Amino acid sequence: MLAAIRKNMPKDKVAYPRLPSFEVAGKDLKRTFEESLSKAGGKLFDIANKEEALQLFAELYPDAKVVCSATAEWTGNKSLEEVSAPGELENVDVAVIRARFGVAETGMVWLTEHELIVNSLAFLAQHLVILLDPDEISENMHTAYRRVDLQRADYGVFVMGPSATADVGAVLVRGAQGPRSLSLFFTKSL
Amino acid sequence: MKVALFIPCYIDALYPKVGIATLELLERLGVEVDYPLNQTCCGQPLGNEGDQKNAAAAERLFVDNFKGYDYIVGPAGSCVKHVRHHLDAIEQTTDVQSVRKNTYELVEFLHDILKLRDFSNVTFSHRVAVHNSCSSIRGLQLASCSEVMGPRWNKTEALLERVKGLELVHIDRPDECCGFGGTFAVTDEAVSAKMGLDKVRDYERHGIEYVVSPDMSCLMHQEGVSKMQQMPIQFVHIAQVLNQGPF
Amino acid sequence: MSTTKVKVAENAAKFIQQDDIHEKLHDQNLWNVRMRRDTVASAIPEWEELRTLASRIKEHTLTHLDEYVLQFADNAEKRGIKVHWASTAEDHNRIVYEILASHQVKRLVKSKSMLQEECHMAPYLEKRGITLTETDLGERIQQLSGQDPSHIVMPAIHQTKEDIAKLFAEKIGTDPNKVDANYLTEAMRNNARPKFLEAEATMTGANFAIAETGSFVVCTNEGNADLGAAIAPLHIASIGIEKMVPKVEDMGVFIRLLSRSAVGTAATQYTSHFSGPRKGTEMHIILTDHGRSHRLGLEDFWSSLKCIRCGACMNTCPVYRRSGGLSYGATYSGPIGIILDPSYDEDKYSELPFHSSLCGSCTEVCPVRIDIAEQIVKWRKVMSAKKKLPVGLRLAFGVTGTVFKYPWVFRTAEAAGKWALKFAPDALIYNKTLNAWGRQRKLPEFADQTFRDWYLKNRNKEPKA
Repeated sequence: MLAAIRKNMPKDKVAYPRLPSFEVAGKDLKRTFEESLSKAGGKLFDIANKEEALQLFAELYPDAKVVCSATAEWTGNKSLEEVSAPGELENVDVAVIRARFGVAETGMVWLTEHELIVNSLAFLAQHLVILLDPDEISENMHTAYRRVDLQRADYGVFVMGPSATADVGAVLVRGAQGPRSLSLFFTKSL
Repeated sequence: MKVALFIPCYIDALYPKVGIATLELLERLGVEVDYPLNQTCCGQPLGNEGDQKNAAAAERLFVDNFKGYDYIVGPAGSCVKHVRHHLDAIEQTTDVQSVRKNTYELVEFLHDILKLRDFSNVTFSHRVAVHNSCSSIRGLQLASCSEVMGPRWNKTEALLERVKGLELVHIDRPDECCGFGGTFAVTDEAVSAKMGLDKVRDYERHGIEYVVSPDMSCLMHQEGVSKMQQMPIQFVHIAQVLNQGPF
Repeated sequence: MSTTKVKVAENAAKFIQQDDIHEKLHDQNLWNVRMRRDTVASAIPEWEELRTLASRIKEHTLTHLDEYVLQFADNAEKRGIKVHWASTAEDHNRIVYEILASHQVKRLVKSKSMLQEECHMAPYLEKRGITLTETDLGERIQQLSGQDPSHIVMPAIHQTKEDIAKLFAEKIGTDPNKVDANYLTEAMRNNARPKFLEAEATMTGANFAIAETGSFVVCTNEGNADLGAAIAPLHIASIGIEKMVPKVEDMGVFIRLLSRSAVGTAATQYTSHFSGPRKGTEMHIILTDHGRSHRLGLEDFWSSLKCIRCGACMNTCPVYRRSGGLSYGATYSGPIGIILDPSYDEDKYSELPFHSSLCGSCTEVCPVRIDIAEQIVKWRKVMSAKKKLPVGLRLAFGVTGTVFKYPWVFRTAEAAGKWALKFAPDALIYNKTLNAWGRQRKLPEFADQTFRDWYLKNRNKEPKA
């Protein structure tokens, strides 16, 4: 196969281009992030302290039976330590996960197996709560990829709001196969 | 300035008034114009379909007719685009290269070479939509195309903007292809006709009285569809507007 | 695989004529996507520069493809991924089946992969007793319909909500009277859940493969690829060799362009990076050629390998929007299909390059600057040189060539055309070409005198020759 590639490769080689990062000085990253994530279907909240977070959580998810947290900052009622197979998380109503950083341009957050503990948590849960330090927002996809360390993560995902589809009649529906909603709590730590 | 008038075959046979308007307009603007009498077709219908063998003969004749002029001006965007970008079925001699380089579409010639903008001595009191053909937009950059991000321009509209009484209206999909596409119009009848129908309905929704274009070939198709639907829309070449006829 | 010539114009005519709903909705829905693409692209000042950068990165990679494919494979293996090499579609399918069989897999969930479509993998595996579930909603609709995907990123875009409501009622027992998109999506979510949980293996494609880390990137809006990969103990990814990019930072350029071009959103909801198997599971990659190295050697067409499968050219194509993707009878439809498909089978797809009005919009939306319209013209030249022109064109051009070559024949033909039009104005039965014009369009009237006649009379100049 390599021989076939070598035989057919164009003789005129093209040089690798220099990649600018397209940063714009003085941009309000938090505000841009909020606008971007809102467009992608996420909801955002500024959280001052734990009490506020707990109260908001109770308002947002009054019917949640199974809450599973992947961060020591939040205590749910289902522990990831007890999970022996990823499918066991199928009944999780709300998952709480702290993201490493966010991307202003798109409203994405970066999650790896280190934040997720069990990868399926972010996909089987009906609703996601993401904790994000507002100082950890990267400007755009160029700057974001400088922060991504694929050498240290077998799995890493940029999540931009809830799961979505428009495959039925080109109508946008949130909650296709994965989470139906994503709420982002801005907090340095809880 | 030695200028030759290039009247594409279909304009010669079907739209002589466009040829007359173009010639009279150029003469009125003080341009001395020759009309080489042995011209036929630039070969575009053949070249577009990939028929290089048959295109070659037409292209050779085209170059024979038009070599030696400073400018070759034709009232037809798609033909000019073919000459400039695709007249490659024959050997690229110096003559061929200079003919290709010096061939201009009428709006381009008025806008870029004669640098005219002010046609306020012309009156045309109608609701007008401009139809720039795909060849004119994406091949000759007569107007910016909606796909490309950046500055916006429209040379055809720039020439019409100061015409008295003329109301420029933008339809919903101004630079969507109307479906003419040369032989595509007959080999792909159903799709071509549907595209044409969608285009004339767009005019109808916007109450357009006149569609003005630098390209009669698209208009031939659009007018055919519009007439079949018994719509009252008129289709004219920009030369006819700027020359105040003949209509 | 059938080798019958695809009659794309006829198929498109049927798509238009089936009723007053399908083609109209198809056109409008995809035009709306194109408008959303314009809106989001215009918000990025460096949009056109990004397109140039993406094009350069891809051209650089393709002109050094041997190095990058090797680097990718080495790095992936270092991370514990098993790398397989498939030259052909048959190799690809065989390898997949061997892996599945060695793990006693009976139930497989998969996300969308155009490469697996190219290889016709699903029927191959189903024939061998594997229960395969498409998990992308659009693909699932197509699987249940027994149809190929009609669009690269919106596989069921040619179907209406009503069609899907009827299909789901029949196949998964939904209420046939409920045509609400939320209801239908929810129904499929509930139907698919247990399949994810039971699957013994998952398959994905890849949007990009990063040579520097051996990672592959999968973009979805539903999260179905991640759901499959996070649960099943075995993950197999099919990756075309043209998916390579050299570095992680290249992804910044491509992710900014991909979903904006495809559906007009800033990115897909999930951009997932797989760089190694989860603990206790296996990950396999099948690096697949299937005609790619052949295309790399085609001087006029190799740059089509830059394609990142966004479908922007399809959304903008006025012909595709009126034709429906299934009319192209191929894995790839629309403008990109026209230039990819003939490289697999010149006979079967010989009429595809003529199914274009050559408006050129495809070239201008392409995020990696493939000169699609130019390549369509070049494929026409190939078909013409090999005498594969559609019959109508062949006849017409033999005559037309002669007409344009000799001025006097041209004048005579003009006169004859004029005569014919005068005496058979509305019953145009004498010529198939004119008939195809005249059914839905009035013919222009030949003028009483040509411009040339007028000129000779009014400018009073003698003919030079």
